[in-house]
Amino acid sequence: MAVDLPDNVVVTRLDELVNWCRKNSLWPMPFATACCGIELMATGASRHDVARFGAEVFRFSPRQCDLMIVAGRVVMKMMPVLQRIWLQMPEPKWCISMGACASTGGVFDTYSVVQGIDRFIPVDVYVPGCPPRPEQLLRGIMDLQDKIQRQGTMFGRELDAPGRNVPPLALRAEGRISAEARKPAGGSGQA
Amino acid sequence: MIRPEIIAAVCQQFPQATRSEFRGQVRLVVPPSVVHDVLQTLKQEHGFDLLVDVTCVDYLYYRGATDRFGLVYLLANTATNERITVRTFVNDPEPRVRSVVDLWEAANWLEREVWDMFGIRFEGHPDLRRILLPEGFEAFPLRKDYPLQGRGERHNLPVLTRRES
Repeated sequence: MAVDLPDNVVVTRLDELVNWCRKNSLWPMPFATACCGIELMATGASRHDVARFGAEVFRFSPRQCDLMIVAGRVVMKMMPVLQRIWLQMPEPKWCISMGACASTGGVFDTYSVVQGIDRFIPVDVYVPGCPPRPEQLLRGIMDLQDKIQRQGTMFGRELDAPGRNVPPLALRAEGRISAEARKPAGGSGQA
Repeated sequence: MIRPEIIAAVCQQFPQATRSEFRGQVRLVVPPSVVHDVLQTLKQEHGFDLLVDVTCVDYLYYRGATDRFGLVYLLANTATNERITVRTFVNDPEPRVRSVVDLWEAANWLEREVWDMFGIRFEGHPDLRRILLPEGFEAFPLRKDYPLQGRGERHNLPVLTRRES
């Protein structure tokens, strides 16, 4: 069926359009706890200029953010804070685990440091490095944009896909996930 | 450096005290029962008005050690720039010593940190709670018999999944 479209009309799926808007207006929540935070600031500054990717609006209120960038090590005392901030962010939201410490605990294999935030909150993109250069973080943001464009749906149907709601592999292997451990400590996200 | 007459006066007043010196820094070792009195004397009669630090060493597994915990008080005299270290040793079970918060307010958080990390009880402390670790933490992690990677505290946290958040 041939449709004769005027020059300034584009036909697309609504999901695609929504994804295109979302991926180009990510508002980061800087959860910067260590030296990765310095690189995160450099990424936002003029030389590397994350504004080129539409993600320059760093907000210090989780209510106004949709991209949490966890930059630096997270200790067990900080984990409830991190989860609370994550719950306070409105949907749709994404999470970048920046650097070796946030992703795996890094060199801090001690009693207090969480060995990877993905054990306790969902993570979309991991950025390796110690700390990663701004270029690496920018690549992580571009990868996230790609992921949003490919997987995103207007009403978040992709979040119910099989495999998206299971605990991380490491936890399942250790057999430590029980029913009560799955409940968040802070109650509902309205806190 | 510290004037020798100060050390002599303190040692005369407290015969239990022993002194030692390393690279010009003088150290007094006293039994825990009199550590408060020694510190009070140093503050009120010899002008050591600043409590620089209160910290602790666990001598478990340490070769030749006879006591388990070595408490360290670092004092300074801000008028003469003299410094002195006062040490005492306490032991299991229930290592305890009298708090010096009544002498220096600064001791409040310092003693809380020692309690947090080593489990030394400071009697008379107004608010002996954990200061760095979470409230529910049960171990004293700087003790030498505590494993470096903990006893699973860092793992036993609630998990958030996509659907729950």
